Amino acid sequence: MSELIGRIGFLQEGPFAVARWQALFGNMEQLWQGLLVTLQVASLGLALALALGVVFGVMSSSTWRLPCAIARVYVEFFQNTPLLVQVFMIFNVIPMLSKGMFIPVMVIGVIGVGMYHGAYISEVVRAGIQSIGSGQLEAGLSQGFSYVGTMRHIIIPQAMRIVLPPLTNQAVNLIKNTSVLAVIAGGDLMYAGDSFAGRHGHYGPTYIVVGMLYFFMCFPLAVLTRRLEERLRAGE
Amino acid sequence: MNGLADTPVMQMLVDPVLYKGLGLGLLLTLQVAGLSIVLSFVFGTILGSMRYSGLPVISQIAVTYIEVIRNQPTLLLILLSFFVLRLSGMWAATVGLTIYTSAIVAEIIRGGLNSVSVGQWEAARSQGFSFLQSMRHIVLPPSVVKMIPPIVSQFVTVIKDSSFAMAIGAYELMFKGMILAAKYWQPPQIITIYVLISLIYFVINFALSLVARYLQARLSAGRGTIGS
Repeated sequence: MSELIGRIGFLQEGPFAVARWQALFGNMEQLWQGLLVTLQVASLGLALALALGVVFGVMSSSTWRLPCAIARVYVEFFQNTPLLVQVFMIFNVIPMLSKGMFIPVMVIGVIGVGMYHGAYISEVVRAGIQSIGSGQLEAGLSQGFSYVGTMRHIIIPQAMRIVLPPLTNQAVNLIKNTSVLAVIAGGDLMYAGDSFAGRHGHYGPTYIVVGMLYFFMCFPLAVLTRRLEERLRAGE
Repeated sequence: MNGLADTPVMQMLVDPVLYKGLGLGLLLTLQVAGLSIVLSFVFGTILGSMRYSGLPVISQIAVTYIEVIRNQPTLLLILLSFFVLRLSGMWAATVGLTIYTSAIVAEIIRGGLNSVSVGQWEAARSQGFSFLQSMRHIVLPPSVVKMIPPIVSQFVTVIKDSSFAMAIGAYELMFKGMILAAKYWQPPQIITIYVLISLIYFVINFALSLVARYLQARLSAGRGTIGS
């Protein structure tokens, strides 16, 4: 085997040499640790994003001026500035304002991706609410449904079908965006991969394995998004 | 002089170094983003057409590329371009963004083409239009209308994601700001720098978002019923 490797140049040296792969697969604990952090940040971040998205989505579809204006400012600011800038602001500015209060990096990650994707989900929720005509609500009420009953049996089932595909799409983007934590040494999958690669110089294999791990997290959700979209289109 | 002019923030704000630094950073950001979007448009159109064609091997290559790349973090692709492909900071950022955005643009192109029903094709071909004529006169006009707004929105994403280039030490807007924050290290100065960076990104991206929304409204209006 080693004789064979010796004869083929790129297996012996270069960015994808066999020895580099062996070194990586012998030291996977670090990557698994990073994967765990990414999954934690992504799931907590998604919960925060959903909560913010529903609150601001309802606010921005309301007819009251003030809540609507607040929601618009939130959405436009977070959608039009880079996530990296927002994360650095939380990372650097909050400790300055609060005289050195320590925020764990994982919490910064959860708040960062949660607020950023909360803005996108807010727009999804708004579109979902606005897609259901007010006639539906009136029809439900006139047929003797209570307000909650109309929402539960008539409005929400219809809105959910419209909201679900873009929502799962946002979940995919959120998982991918947790990788910004790498820039502030957040201990996530990207950071674990990058620091392992940097320490030993095994960039090629490490990035490929890290990429595969992101793929395994995101691809099932991407497939689900497409299924839901197709179901929505078929129902039209 | 009154007290206001002597504050650390004012001292920084009258220093031309600040504006030169941020200006050069913005220039590189726009250069990277502009180049990436142009290249992504070219490769995305090719990939999208490959997938749309449905030809056995060709469409499978496109599907594999699109599905693999769409599910990668952009930062990973930029790091890969820098450390494995050994490109310079500016080119690594451009190539990383292009690899990713091409897959997204391909899906936008395919979505636009798919919005024209098969019946339209058949109608055109049966009336004696050639393949190219059907494309040019029947399929492309309505599908391009569908493609333009999401491509403009994607430009916003590219500008925002170009900030990842700071991770590989490219002197774009975000990284230039961080360098200035090392010179003007006092908390009020650093906060002001962050506000300025956010403001610059915001003005550009918000303007583009408004353009996308305007086009969306303009283009989707007036195409309602037959004969309108």
